[in-house]
Amino acid sequence: MADPATLLPLLLLAPALVLAAGLAAVAGAVTAGDRPTAPVVETLRLLAKQRRRTPADDPLLARIGLAVLPVAAVLALAVVPLGLPRGAPVGLDVGIVWFNAMEVLAWFAVWTAGWGPNAVTALVGGYRMLPLGLAYELPHMLALITPAIAAGSLDPATVAGAQHGLWYAVWMPVAFVLYLVSTAAMAFWGPFAAPLGRDLAGGAAAEHAGLDRLLLRAGRWMLLVAAAAMAVPLFLGGGAPPPITGPDAFGGPAWAWVVVKLLVVLAVLLGLRRVMPVLRMERFVTLAWVVLIPLAVAQALVVTVVVLL
Amino acid sequence: MTLLVLAAALGVVAVVTGIGVFVADSMARATFLLLASFVAVAVVLLAFGLAYLGIVVVLMMTIEMMIMVVFMVMLMMNPAGLEPMTMVHNRWGARLIALAVFAVLAAGALVVPWPVRPGPPGDPTTALGADLMGPQMLTMTVLGLAILATIVGTVAVSATRGSRR
Repeated sequence: MADPATLLPLLLLAPALVLAAGLAAVAGAVTAGDRPTAPVVETLRLLAKQRRRTPADDPLLARIGLAVLPVAAVLALAVVPLGLPRGAPVGLDVGIVWFNAMEVLAWFAVWTAGWGPNAVTALVGGYRMLPLGLAYELPHMLALITPAIAAGSLDPATVAGAQHGLWYAVWMPVAFVLYLVSTAAMAFWGPFAAPLGRDLAGGAAAEHAGLDRLLLRAGRWMLLVAAAAMAVPLFLGGGAPPPITGPDAFGGPAWAWVVVKLLVVLAVLLGLRRVMPVLRMERFVTLAWVVLIPLAVAQALVVTVVVLL
Repeated sequence: MTLLVLAAALGVVAVVTGIGVFVADSMARATFLLLASFVAVAVVLLAFGLAYLGIVVVLMMTIEMMIMVVFMVMLMMNPAGLEPMTMVHNRWGARLIALAVFAVLAAGALVVPWPVRPGPPGDPTTALGADLMGPQMLTMTVLGLAILATIVGTVAVSATRGSRR
């Protein structure tokens, strides 16, 4: 436990995720037609600004929620094997369930952030997180356990290692697409940004200023990057080079392949944000329960039958 | 020994936050305190080496608290819940029932002859699942799928198009 070689990745995890989330935010600003410096300027502006209070608010609860968001993102990333020589920063044989539990904390974070200020737009925004969560969560859980069924393990490192020659993104494409959709949804980002929607003047973030607002907006990017990183071991073969290149055509360290694949996943998500409008929650709930959940069950069933045979 | 101290400390956290649920005058704070109480119990499970069960408790209880919030919006007199409220009604009856239930459960924990572990434990999650479900595992799995299909069917039938009802 006290071995510095195992502690170092843990200590560097939070700064690394903040950096990656910052870079993702810069890419997001560029694809949204903004200046690339916009996230940096906004961060500095929010750091210099005072927090805002509203009458009869509950700042303690709101700030607990706001602090939980980035912490949950870091804890979720902790079980993702990043191609480092010693595996994931925290090797956990039920890492996929841990990841799921940490990511669900975002529901609580956004709801309390919307609740705290005692203001209408913020409250409605916070409440929008609940139908969003109830809609994406079941397809997401099924998309998570489908690769786990195929690999026979809930350990992301084992799942990554089980994909010899055929990535799970190819072998279970429906689960992969559902995972990508739920990645954006769990970070209430892109087409699923309704809890922070412009139609609500910022929704759950409307009454937060200064550090509070920074935690919410940065925490969202951190959650998105952490969830996108989990797609690499689950569906894209982890740190292994692409199998289409033949045996060892491209060598390179495992972490470099993880970074490359993470960049591809983030690019796909940024593209998704560009082509999709923000969805209305009631439409998405119906779509999720009537179409996405049966699709996810069918995908899990096909994989289970093939594995059993 | 450290494990026992840790479990006792977490038990105190769980009980104190559990009492807080009924002291808090805000629906949101009560929800948070109840979640904190469950998370403390989950950490006890984690400390005893039951990783899967502990993490599932965190996962399920977080979702459950949020679903409870949805039900509060549907059922409460003051749907937004921003007004001060109390979680307690019929104070004396509630206290009596709570104390009686606690006494029965505590007595059960002390009186029941605990089985001796027969050998080195295998996977505790598998053992617990087999113990709970026994030979009915297949029945329960099929039932679970049937319930899900029923929910999906109900949603498909009852969902209306458009924003105006």
